[in-house]
Amino acid sequence: MLRNKLMLAAAILSGGAFASPAAAQNEQFVPILSYRTGAYAVNGVPYANGVADYYNLINERDGGINGVKLLVEECETGYATDKGVECYERLKGKGPTGAAFINPLSTGITFALTEKTATDKIPIITMGYGRADSKNGAVFAYNFPLLGTYWSAADIAIQHVAKEVGGADKLKGKKISLLYHDSPYGKEPIPMLQVLAKKYGFEFTPIPVTHPGVEQKSQWLSIRQNRPDYVLVWGWGVMNGTAVKEAAAVAFPRDKMIGVWWSGAEPDVQPAGDQAVGYKALMLQHGAGKFPVHADIEKYVYAKGKGASEPDKVGEVLYNRGMVNAMLGVEGIRKAQEKFGKKPLTGEQVRWGLENLNLSEARLKELGFEGMLKPIKISCSDHEGARDGRVQQWDGKGWKVISDWYTANQSDTEPLVEEVSAKYAADKKIQPRDCSKES
Amino acid sequence: MIALGQVLEVLIGGLMSGVLYSLVALGFVLIFKASGVFNFAQGAMVLLAGLALVRSLDLLVARGFSPWTAVILGIGFAAAIMAITAWLIQRFVVGPLVNQGALTLFMSTIGVTFVLEGAAQMIFGSDVYPLRLFPTDVWLLFESHFPGGILVNKLDVWGAVIAGILVASLAIFFQQTKTGRALRAVADDHLAAQSVGIPISWIWFVVWLAAGLVALVAATVWGTKLGVQFSITFLALKALPVLIIGGLTSVPGAIVGGLIVGAGEKIAEVFLGSHIGGGIEYWFAYVLALAVLLVRPQGLFGERIIERI
Repeated sequence: MLRNKLMLAAAILSGGAFASPAAAQNEQFVPILSYRTGAYAVNGVPYANGVADYYNLINERDGGINGVKLLVEECETGYATDKGVECYERLKGKGPTGAAFINPLSTGITFALTEKTATDKIPIITMGYGRADSKNGAVFAYNFPLLGTYWSAADIAIQHVAKEVGGADKLKGKKISLLYHDSPYGKEPIPMLQVLAKKYGFEFTPIPVTHPGVEQKSQWLSIRQNRPDYVLVWGWGVMNGTAVKEAAAVAFPRDKMIGVWWSGAEPDVQPAGDQAVGYKALMLQHGAGKFPVHADIEKYVYAKGKGASEPDKVGEVLYNRGMVNAMLGVEGIRKAQEKFGKKPLTGEQVRWGLENLNLSEARLKELGFEGMLKPIKISCSDHEGARDGRVQQWDGKGWKVISDWYTANQSDTEPLVEEVSAKYAADKKIQPRDCSKES
Repeated sequence: MIALGQVLEVLIGGLMSGVLYSLVALGFVLIFKASGVFNFAQGAMVLLAGLALVRSLDLLVARGFSPWTAVILGIGFAAAIMAITAWLIQRFVVGPLVNQGALTLFMSTIGVTFVLEGAAQMIFGSDVYPLRLFPTDVWLLFESHFPGGILVNKLDVWGAVIAGILVASLAIFFQQTKTGRALRAVADDHLAAQSVGIPISWIWFVVWLAAGLVALVAATVWGTKLGVQFSITFLALKALPVLIIGGLTSVPGAIVGGLIVGAGEKIAEVFLGSHIGGGIEYWFAYVLALAVLLVRPQGLFGERIIERI
């Protein structure tokens, strides 16, 4: 707690980055773009803590990646695109070989950085967020929307709704609304949901909520009048909790709300108390809880007083997500070391590692992530690598997994990925790579 | 086809929301009316007051205090924090800037905003802290007349009652008390007020304390609605069009401005927004404010400034 506050204080006093480590020759520089202050700190803090603790674990337990220590510097974006770009520009050249990759934790910042990172040859990891069309690595060579894009999420959400109503054929005539954060993040699933609405014959209504989402009375009064069968929630920060409370106020059943995986963490439901009981959310594979990797974090990080989080928050949804994200980046570097040597690598080299990442069940077990994640295999044409999810439900005390695994239907998502990424390539005059020739 | 019930429901909901905006706007009015300072830090003061209240409440309840005792002690603690804040602001920020221009004072409150936001989160935490001081369930009125009835949130009604009491108290304070009249004198001219023996440092402490207490009241309602968290500071932006419409110097203006903004933005969002993509309520409030500015720059209830050239 105290450490957390000191980190916050340092962030405020320094106006952004804290920790200013001196670059050493055998260190791999890894920036963390985080938001520990501002409207979205509630969600940003546990995520950043998960990332920081995992990097710390790699240094403390393993002495780095094959002896190459991670040199970490955090920069406060406040979830603002301008600050995110500023952080990127300041950090991209640090360390002996520059940033290994960047992870902005913001779809808005991702949109702003997509061209820059390709020019600078630095991979941009957007695990579970970012541009959905960047799944196509042939066009977006440096973007890695690992584990699931918003189009996959939309598809999984509709699959779950179909299951609840008794089959995809029963979707016809149903009303499904999307309550979304009026930002690039919230807008991202709309094209996919429009495609699915056309395919299954349900009535789709997008309802925007202006940042940060403290006031949603009009949206929920509209929902009360229109009486949709389901409301999908694409919110972040205060918007999620407010949506749950307003739903309760208009007596919209919480078990007919399905949040995306960024609307399904503890801070999204705990403030609403009993009003949140029954609320559902997608899982970006993992949920809350502790796995073997947590034991290592407690032993090598927290026991040494180096943990970033309050100990009781280790294992919460967003903490775990930060940890998973950090692990995928670390494994990308490790993979790249197989080809380029056990030394600090450039972003371009790490990009190769990420594109050839293949985490089998056995490897996930070795890493301590067994049970949290399914195997993931990235390739030139598939920068998403996996598109599996489950659904969890808040019971007032914790999240309970209530569904089996869903896999986003690529026959739904792929045509849109192809269409939109081809348009992007044409607009930006990018010659898509021939993935059959990549290795 | 728009149903009458829906129109009434949106209108009532909007008016109620507007009253909640007024709770924040009142703090701005208070300080401007009494010191001529546009206090950009009012949103941050709501956050600080809310965090002080909810964190002390949590601590007291965890220590076994009864809920009512905890509430009374928690409010006392938060009020003390706001008093200390008022003293610090007066002593180290606005005090040394007596007789400086309005813009200088305004800029100083921007600095205060960032310090308060950072310090409040550093001391009390940056999570979402639930606060449940008022009921949040709803009444469904006129169910026999309109299908589904007209929904009214009890928290909004509590907010309206509290705002009414605040306005009455402030009106009495400004009109009937010696300190209130001194506040108005200071607002007119710092130097002249000082020359007739009004202790300006004390007066400014009182006014910042009053604004802090108004922020505490706003925090109890908004904290119940949203949970106490950083996003509460965004309410300051909701209060700006209220101030422009109602006038910076009028307590009743803050209420009327709030009602206009609340009703206007909700009606616009529900009945107009759906045709043009939605998400218009945030800027629609400023459209209303700009329209008022064009016709009446001092706001509907603001004092017309006449200066001798």
